Amino acid sequence: MKIAIASGKGGTGKTFVSTNLFYASVYDGNQITLVDCDAEAPNTTLFLKGVCESIEHVYSYFPSIDVDACAFCGKCVEACHFNAIFYLSQKKRIHVLNELCHSCGACSYVCKHGAITEHAKSIGTIKRIAYRNTSPIAECRMEIGVASSVPIIKQAIRNVDNDAMVLLDSPPGVSCPFIATVETADYVILVTEPTPFGLNDLRLSIQTLQQMGIAFGVIINRDGIGNQKMENWLNEENIPILMKIPYDSLIAETYAEGKIVSEINSMYLSKFRELMKILEENSTEQRVALCKK
Amino acid sequence: MQEIVVLSGKGGTGKTSITAALATIGKNLLAVDCDVDAANLYLLLNPQNYREEKYTSGKTAFVHADVCTVCGKCVDACRFEAIRYFNDSIEVQETACEGCQLCAAICPAHAIEMIPRDKSRWYEATYNNGYMVYARLFPGEENSGKLVSVIREKAKALAQKHQLDTILLDGPPGVGCPVISSVTGTQKVLIVTEPSVSAFHDLKRIVDLTKNFKVKRYVVINKYDISIALSNRIEAWCVEQQIPVVSKLPFDKELVEAMIQCKSIVEFNPLSEYSSKMQVVFNALLKDE
Repeated sequence: MKIAIASGKGGTGKTFVSTNLFYASVYDGNQITLVDCDAEAPNTTLFLKGVCESIEHVYSYFPSIDVDACAFCGKCVEACHFNAIFYLSQKKRIHVLNELCHSCGACSYVCKHGAITEHAKSIGTIKRIAYRNTSPIAECRMEIGVASSVPIIKQAIRNVDNDAMVLLDSPPGVSCPFIATVETADYVILVTEPTPFGLNDLRLSIQTLQQMGIAFGVIINRDGIGNQKMENWLNEENIPILMKIPYDSLIAETYAEGKIVSEINSMYLSKFRELMKILEENSTEQRVALCKK
Repeated sequence: MQEIVVLSGKGGTGKTSITAALATIGKNLLAVDCDVDAANLYLLLNPQNYREEKYTSGKTAFVHADVCTVCGKCVDACRFEAIRYFNDSIEVQETACEGCQLCAAICPAHAIEMIPRDKSRWYEATYNNGYMVYARLFPGEENSGKLVSVIREKAKALAQKHQLDTILLDGPPGVGCPVISSVTGTQKVLIVTEPSVSAFHDLKRIVDLTKNFKVKRYVVINKYDISIALSNRIEAWCVEQQIPVVSKLPFDKELVEAMIQCKSIVEFNPLSEYSSKMQVVFNALLKDE
């Protein structure tokens, strides 16, 4: 089963929840895998350290145009819907702008002169570490200057064992990298905070997940700051609140230092162990029923 | 005219609250929310929209089932795994489709039509201290980087029309395409960080990214008093990188209270330590030539 931990707004505590759930599960002796899908800002391995087992590069294919073979017919320019081919027909100048290219292959498909070949270029890495020598963590890391992290995320998720329990630490937002993460998940935990920004962005995330038909529940982080509007709205909409994490300076301090609060504080450890048990229940209906108790 | 973008790498460090504070200190400003995925700046600036436009974020493949022969050529050709077999027919997963149109080009039965995605919107508005341009990316729609470019073009035209000197851009988190679109062509980047190992890690990535642009960089350390030791380490690193730390802002509960009242911190409590430090940031940033 795959569980994605996501949020519309950044900095609400996705990585905090992912790392603590993972820690609690390892503590209970369960087999679990964590994938850090936030390839633009990967942070999980700052908190969970282990021996690096392998680093895999992820490649995208970028076309290059052989000007000697090119007939300057302009077909590839027409076929490219991302404006990624720079073309001056009269001056006979043509080349690909990699930062705009989506590696879709349309240009090489339409070229009838054999002038376009595609070359693999590394866009990022997937680093595998073994936490406490047993539990695998896969970290997606996009190279600086690359536009899209989606191929790295897809590759990392493809790599994991489908039968295993997997936590996916999602990137923020509601566009492509978020979609690539949650579309593979059986269940999504949305982490939010009870502020107007939190509520605004939570609604967008929920709208997206409902459209995609993926089941979800909500964790309210930093409970106690802000106001009651979030909780009232969730109750009105009948959306399960999986957990409330109080605003606690202990969490802020341990998190700032790169530590797992569940490792230091038994109250938080038992909270996350309990939640992990609920999530491991087989069906979504059971999960929802349990959360409503 | 100058364009200043506020970035952070890590989300939740305070980009929007700080942008809103800057946007309510000066006059004749143009504020732009480039975080089209999770646009929040409007919640603090209370803009009055006078223009709303559709944004077409490319196209999505649509298979006409009555024409489709289920030959599977499109399934094999699609590099985004957006087309698959489903109950003896072909199904397009809208959220995975990037709109490249390769499938439509190769379909021997001409069964694929490209449908425009036009549910996103962008707005021009006024607020207390000037003008505002922002957008709402319809959830699940793509090309947020392109939408950022669109609203930045609109903002520039508006700034010229009304002779506004400064465009303030509230940027998205991360280092990917919407961030690249937000920083391209700006003159100054204000990076908001906080004393946590993750924010420091992501600060290094955003600094790395901005090296490729001709921009002046500035850092503010928000909530510096959560860990003074780590704040000092971040500050020392910035000095090494020759990036000025223009202010260290304290953790202040009033930021959330201001947010609940839909105000920036300088509107909510202009006399607080946080607000007076923001005044310093404003001067350092806008008046630096």
